[in-house]
Amino acid sequence: MTIRRTPSTRFSLVTVALVASAVLTGCERPPIESVQHGFRGTGMVQVYNPRTIEAQAPNNVVPDPIPAVPADGPKAKDVYKNVQVLGDLSVAEFNRTMVAISAWVAPKEQCTYCHMAGEGFESDSMYTKVVARRMLQMTQTINSKWSAHVGGTNGNGAGVTCFTCHRGQHNPSELWFRAPPQVQASRALGNDAGQNRPSPGVTLASLPYDALTDYLLDAKEIRVGGTTALPTGNRQNIKQTEFTFALMIHMSNSLGVNCTYCHNSQNFAGWEGAPPQRVTAWHGIRMAREINNVYMEPLQAVFPAARLGPTGDVAKVGCATCHQGAYKPLYGANMLKDYPVLGRITGSTAGPVVAGPIAGLLGRVLFETGKFELTPDAKQQIVAASRMLAKDASLKVDLSGFTDRTGNANANAELAKNRAFAVRDALTAAGVPQARINLRRPEAVIGGADGSSRRVDLVAVK
Amino acid sequence: MSYYQNIFTQIQATGPASHGIPLGHGNSPRTGKEPMIVHLFGRIGNAQIGPIYLGGLGLASIICFLLSFWIMGFNMLASVDWNPIQFVRQLFWLALEPPGPQYGLSLPPLNNGGWWLMAGFFLTASLLLWWARMYTRARALGMGTHVAWAFAAAIWLYLVLGFIRPVLMGSWSEAVPFGIFPHLDWTAAFSLRYGNLFYNPFHALSIVFLYGSALLFAMHGATILAVTRFGGEREIEQIVDRGTASERAALFWRWTMGFNATMESIHRWAWWFAVLCPLAGGIGILLTGTVVDNWYLWAVKHGFAASYPAVFPPVVDPSTLIQGVK
Repeated sequence: MTIRRTPSTRFSLVTVALVASAVLTGCERPPIESVQHGFRGTGMVQVYNPRTIEAQAPNNVVPDPIPAVPADGPKAKDVYKNVQVLGDLSVAEFNRTMVAISAWVAPKEQCTYCHMAGEGFESDSMYTKVVARRMLQMTQTINSKWSAHVGGTNGNGAGVTCFTCHRGQHNPSELWFRAPPQVQASRALGNDAGQNRPSPGVTLASLPYDALTDYLLDAKEIRVGGTTALPTGNRQNIKQTEFTFALMIHMSNSLGVNCTYCHNSQNFAGWEGAPPQRVTAWHGIRMAREINNVYMEPLQAVFPAARLGPTGDVAKVGCATCHQGAYKPLYGANMLKDYPVLGRITGSTAGPVVAGPIAGLLGRVLFETGKFELTPDAKQQIVAASRMLAKDASLKVDLSGFTDRTGNANANAELAKNRAFAVRDALTAAGVPQARINLRRPEAVIGGADGSSRRVDLVAVK
Repeated sequence: MSYYQNIFTQIQATGPASHGIPLGHGNSPRTGKEPMIVHLFGRIGNAQIGPIYLGGLGLASIICFLLSFWIMGFNMLASVDWNPIQFVRQLFWLALEPPGPQYGLSLPPLNNGGWWLMAGFFLTASLLLWWARMYTRARALGMGTHVAWAFAAAIWLYLVLGFIRPVLMGSWSEAVPFGIFPHLDWTAAFSLRYGNLFYNPFHALSIVFLYGSALLFAMHGATILAVTRFGGEREIEQIVDRGTASERAALFWRWTMGFNATMESIHRWAWWFAVLCPLAGGIGILLTGTVVDNWYLWAVKHGFAASYPAVFPPVVDPSTLIQGVK
């Protein structure tokens, strides 16, 4: 018995094969390994693609420690000037730490990445040095305060060093910025409601693309799931759930793990039967939030524009910044034990006082020639500034308007004033009380011929 | 032998096109004069295309559907800044979102869900008009209205998702967005918010009827094809006049599983399984959030969630340990 294939059945088999292969291109090819870690039959498994793990492995190789040096001898603060954080180290240990940091962060430029050639080591003229000092303080804080997440000095985990995130690069490869607002030519239709574009931050799902701002910068409620069998007033809604879902996808992707790495497959919201990793992750969310608010946001004015995000915001950390696809950064290798000074708070914990060219510059709003109407970009900046003002009620803001040198001087003075008024009105509309806004006439209203002269500076004052 | 195993119709009988029965008072004339005969359609079904009956209900339904389709499409196009290339590239990601939770059941601004309400209104009108058209066309032919009621079961599920449940919850934001991937994300989020739909018994029933429909369809289709050589495709005649095909098919199932449906009752089985799938599913969705907030905890309360031995050391919600941190 033979099956006779007519041309059309052959054609249909080819079509089926083509459609099937097109559908499967979205999938990872086998073999995929699955490892059970909960009770059998409950779906508590971790799924690994061995090829992904293999590709990741070189990124998780730890550099050899620099041989130990004597801890005694003269202290760094007595030999060098302007040593604010590591001054109590011996000179030998201090230099060893500096050499290690330069290899971790700037292996090519070494010292000159942070120290201006021709100036003394004490000079803070390079922004990289101001940032690096703050990052040292941050690393010490993480290791001593957040042992619930990183183990660190008081725990039994690996802690963190500069290498955990930097891996030999100036900037950690996995940072995030606020997503730029949707480009909308029309205000009448086409609102994407903060989601529905293939966003890399949520593994190209159509989930909300700026959820990290809500949870790792602001402290919006993450918990959405019902905690009682029957309704008892939980008003969390499906849209909010999608934002939480987006954060969870970020975490899952950052660690290269499934939902069930932290969650009980029966009830994601419940803590009973959940793997202990969920507690670690809970602390991690709070840690990332503190890092962003205490360490990264205040550095915004220190960074040059090229280092800022599409809306002019400073780079922020998420789970991927340290983890980079591994369940533990560097697969849990302990580098901290070789550099114990990074594990305890030494010296000053204060942030930079002089922040960038202008102390406390919250934002710089640019205008078109001869105009004082706010551009969409300007509005975004003002909203960002209003967020920072909302965080610290003791801050006030000075607004100073400027113009370029074209045109009549009297008209320019009027224009500068109107620009400041426009920013003031936008700030008020964004919820900043009038009492916290001062209009300050700068000494020289009229600047050069370039576009940066057509601006309003927003300066924070205590 | 292989003749009967072919997946396409092998022999197409062609004759004078059938113009159907004369239409009574109150019917509009059919669209198109002479029906077309298309060989390729004959491979999978009837080669005759038309005549098509459009009528007032059909026309109104098509207009309403096109309105909702354009509202969705132009909103998606506007959401990528009127860029046709991005529209095609991102089509599966784009959506028209329902209003945010802050609007409750009020009428939101057009660009904050107003368009969604409007699209939903026209899509619903289109579906209901199409339903009425199915009903009246079946009546015009002197048929039963089984198809219309099966369609009504699907419309029930659609209305629960997009209208009845949001109204009971007091918020349009509970409804499903119009979009390919976004409605799938909505589905996942729905289960996450309401404590795992796996434990929703109506969800389970709905899946039983869904898979059951597929199973019955496969069993029935295979049975009829298998007895085609004995005239089994004349199954409706064999309801009253059992021939050898019907006897053999019945005997086959009694041999293999001890029981057989009849040529008539198998269609009742199929119809009820298909109809109960969206009916049960709709009930399950309707109860979610309105009377049950967490299906897992509900299942625990009623003793049908399995409990498993503890594998991990017990964990405590850290927010209950650290005061002031949440």
